[in-house]
Order: sequence, then C-alpha cells, then structure tokens
Amino acid sequence: MRNTLAIAGKEVRAYFHSPIAYLVMAFYTVLCGFFFYSFVATYQMESFRMAAMGGMGAPPMNLNQYIIRPLFEGVLSVILLLLIPLITMRLYAEEKRAGTMELLVTSPVTDGQIIIGKYLGAMALFAILVLLTFLYIGTLFIYGNPSFKPLLATALGYFLFGGALMSLGMWISTFTKNQIIAAGVSFAVLLLLYVLDWVSTYSFSTVGRVLAYIGATTHFDNFAKGVIDLSDVVYYVSVIVLGLFLTARSVEALKGRA
Amino acid sequence: MIEVEGLTKRYGPAVAVSDISFQVQRGEILGFLGPNGAGKTTTMRVITGFLTPTAGRVRVAGVDVVEKPLEAKRHLGYLPENPPVYPDMRVREYLTFVARIKGVPRNDIKRRVDEVAEKCSVADVQKKQIGKLSKGYRQRVGLAQALIHDPDVLVLDEPTAGLDPKQIIETRDLIRGLAGRHTIILSTHILPEVSKTCQRVLVINQGQVVAEGTPEELTRRLQGYETVLVTAEGPAPEIMDRLQRVSGVNLVEPREAADTRVTFEVHAEKGQDVRAELARAVVESGWKLLELKTSGLSLEDIFLKLTTKDLGEEAAANPVPPVS
Repeated sequence: MRNTLAIAGKEVRAYFHSPIAYLVMAFYTVLCGFFFYSFVATYQMESFRMAAMGGMGAPPMNLNQYIIRPLFEGVLSVILLLLIPLITMRLYAEEKRAGTMELLVTSPVTDGQIIIGKYLGAMALFAILVLLTFLYIGTLFIYGNPSFKPLLATALGYFLFGGALMSLGMWISTFTKNQIIAAGVSFAVLLLLYVLDWVSTYSFSTVGRVLAYIGATTHFDNFAKGVIDLSDVVYYVSVIVLGLFLTARSVEALKGRA
Repeated sequence: MIEVEGLTKRYGPAVAVSDISFQVQRGEILGFLGPNGAGKTTTMRVITGFLTPTAGRVRVAGVDVVEKPLEAKRHLGYLPENPPVYPDMRVREYLTFVARIKGVPRNDIKRRVDEVAEKCSVADVQKKQIGKLSKGYRQRVGLAQALIHDPDVLVLDEPTAGLDPKQIIETRDLIRGLAGRHTIILSTHILPEVSKTCQRVLVINQGQVVAEGTPEELTRRLQGYETVLVTAEGPAPEIMDRLQRVSGVNLVEPREAADTRVTFEVHAEKGQDVRAELARAVVESGWKLLELKTSGLSLEDIFLKLTTKDLGEEAAANPVPPVS
C-alpha cells in the first residue's frame, strides 16, 4: 500500500512538474466551458420560445435531459478520447526512455504495486478534470434545479468510462519508448472502441450485437440518462481489470526480453 | 555474498550470456571487464532482477533472485549505466521517493537522504532539478540512489562512464571507501579502472568468463615469461629450429612471414635476457637479423588477447583456469 501510494504520488507530481497536467486541464476547461455555454444558451432560447407559445401544455423542459446528458454523452466523452492518451502516453514510455524502469523494477516493489500506483496517479489527474466539470454544472444548481441523483449516476459512469480508457491507454504505453507513438496508437484504439456501437445501426446479426456490446459508448448511454445498470458497471470494471492485467503481462514480458 | 551458477541469458536465438559462474565474498570489489556487448550489463541486470535468467541460479545474500525477488532486491543497490533519474524532479525529492520505494522506514528517510547526499557530495544541489545538473552530478545522484537503503550488495554498471578525469578519481575513491561495508560488483571496459579499484577481476567476452583473478595475478600469469620478437631474413623452419636451441628459450612461435622475412615470438624464462644469445644465433648461422625487441604484456594486451575474435574463441575453448 505504502509503495503503491509512493508511486501514485510520484506520478501526480510528474504530471504537475511537466506542462502536461496544465495543458490537459486548460484544454479540457476551455472546451467543456464552450460546450456547456452552448447547451445552456440553446436551452434558454428553447425555453423562451416555449413560454412565448404559451407552453402548449407540454411539460417544462428538464435540465438533466437538455444540458447534462448531451454534455456528457455527446461532448465530454469525445474530449476524453483526445485527452486520455495524453495522460497515459508517458506512464511507461517515459520510464523506458529515461531508464528509470530499471530503478522501479529493481526496487523491492511488485509489478502490481507499480501498475496500480501509476493507474491511481493517472486517475487522480482525471478526477481533477471531473471536478472541473462540476464547477460548470454547479452553476446549474445556483440558477436552476436539476435533479441531483441522476447526476451522480452520470458522474459515476463518466468516471468509469474514463477509467476504462485510462487502463487501456496505460497498457499501450508499455509497448514503446516513444510517447508520441503511445498517444497515437491509444487514440486510434480508443476511437475504434468508441465508434464500435455504430454497428448496431446496420447489423442485427450475432456478430453485430457482440461488436456493439464491446463498444465503449454503448454502456455509457444509461449512465448519461442517470440510470445505473449493473451490467454497464460490470462492463467498465471488466475493461479496467483487463487493461491492468494486460499491462502486467506486458511488463512481465519486458523482463524476459530486454 | 553473491553466488552466480551457470547463468545463461538468451534473447531469442541470440545468446547474451552463456553459463557464467562466479562468487563474490562479503566486502569484496569485483570488476567485470569486457568489451562492449560482452554480456556485462546483461549479467548485472539478471543479478538485480531486471531480467529473468534463461537458465542458472543467482543468489544475493543467500536469497534466490528468481524465487524471492522482493527479499533479494532489499539487499541490492543498483546503478545502471545511465543513472535512473527523473529529470523533472529535484534531487532531494528524488532521493526521498527512492527511499520510500526501497523500503526505508518512514522515520529514517530524512536522515538517510541527508547521509547519502553528504556521502556522494550532492548535498549542495539538493534543491536543483536533476535535469539541469551536469553529468558528474547526475552520476553521483545515481550512486546516492543506489546507497539509500544501505544495501549489502552494490551493482554498478560503468560508474565512471562519461565523467571527467577529476570526477573519475573522486568516484573511484568513493567506491573504494564503500568496500568492506558493501559488497560491490562494477563493470567497466576501462582497464586502469580495474587495477585501481577492484580486488578481483572477471574478464568476460562474448558471454563467457575468459579469465579470473586479481589484477596482479592476471598480469603475472599472462606475463609469466619474457617475450622477444625476432625478425630475420632466411629459411623459416631452420631459423625456428636454431632459436629453439638457444638456452633459456621455452617456446618459439612464428608470427608473420613475408617473402623471406619472418618474425618469431620467442618466450623465455622469466628474468632471463636472451636477446644477445638470440642475436648471435641468427647472425652466426649466416641469416640477416632485421629486428629484435622485447615485448611486455600490459593489461591492455591481456585484454586484447582474451577478447579479440580468434583468440577469444580459442580462449573460450580452453579457458584460462581461474586462480583461486
């Protein structure tokens, strides 16, 4: 535990020693802010129009439905596709290039402690991004009354979604000394995983259903609506565990070769 | 303290290290000598647990590095060829991090960091970023890192590579000062380094041990005779025959022959100067003596003899018996 935390702490400090953390945070805040504003502005226009038309007996518009859900499902999940590779690319590639893998591997810590420590360090940076999102969403509570519980479900889903991408990105980072390659390959893999659910729009065969199931976004839909479905949680936790396991195998293989 | 038995490491079909065995006693400094690519780094990486061996056993302080890696690693400090430092970290921050993952008790961390920083003369740059330090300082930070948990065994891969002469001397003094308390293996391809720092030398070439002994023993053994090079003009077999009959000569080996000109390497009893006799033997037989010179074997010659390709293979086939 102590070793894991030492490594996690080192990773967090490394993010803030280099420009990466600031870059990622700035990029995220600006994009998130722009889209948040756009959704709020659209919502406002729609509300005024509804009011002008006298409501026509329609139910009042819902903040969760019109702002929070499209923000997470349509926008933030895409931003993560770009940002997660930037966070994970250095995890192993940098250690391999700098020769510090030799320090970690020859220290009395297990591979598992190193992997979990690195993963927690990366997730800590992601947690900061999630908190930044809630700075925006918090304003909805000041000026409106979104429902809180569905929002929690969405936040949990978002965290799991990011966690799954993070674990795969870390695995890809073990293959190379070159951070740019790690980021590029991670982006390609995550993008593929992201669009896999499109298969469901034109294929209804078993293969199509399986591919759609594997798609990372398929399972985010319920969370974005504010619903926690156990099968979705199981999916994301499985991907996280798979990524950590593959990282462990890959690190083990490094010891056999060079 | 360190026992290596039949260590073999293969990378796919390529054999990096083949069936190496040796032991290092407590408090001893063992030097690994060999050309680049001889297998020094691979052997060290296996000892430190960075690589797993293909075959063979390695025990550090009596603990098998494959079966109980964590316990073995607690006894080990390792300085790889490139110091394993994080350029973005400050020296003190880095040493504190290493102390934590090396298992230094929480309350001792501050004291240990102060001690090794002092010992390795990096106390004055503690607050600087490692990336901004000179190569010499970075090397010393690397050494401080290896010492932080006061390990029984230190493995140093080319600890003086890339340093200036003054830093090299300082580093050697530091390493010599560590012997006794720590058992040290260091590798180098620089010869004077071996004779100045190590008590015992293992010469490795193409993944095999080709010689072992103290620097003096190695020099004495391979220099256990006087060598004279004789170049003469005349019939080679007869000259050879004649030279062999000079008293005190043990062995005559043809070295080169061009047209009628031949060169022989003559080995004579230690301490005997046979040059005058050799000259007379050649001249009196009516051949032309062109050159006559003594040739001593320096550590460089030994090294070359043991490690150049054809001689290296010969040496591998008949390894020089280790002096015990």
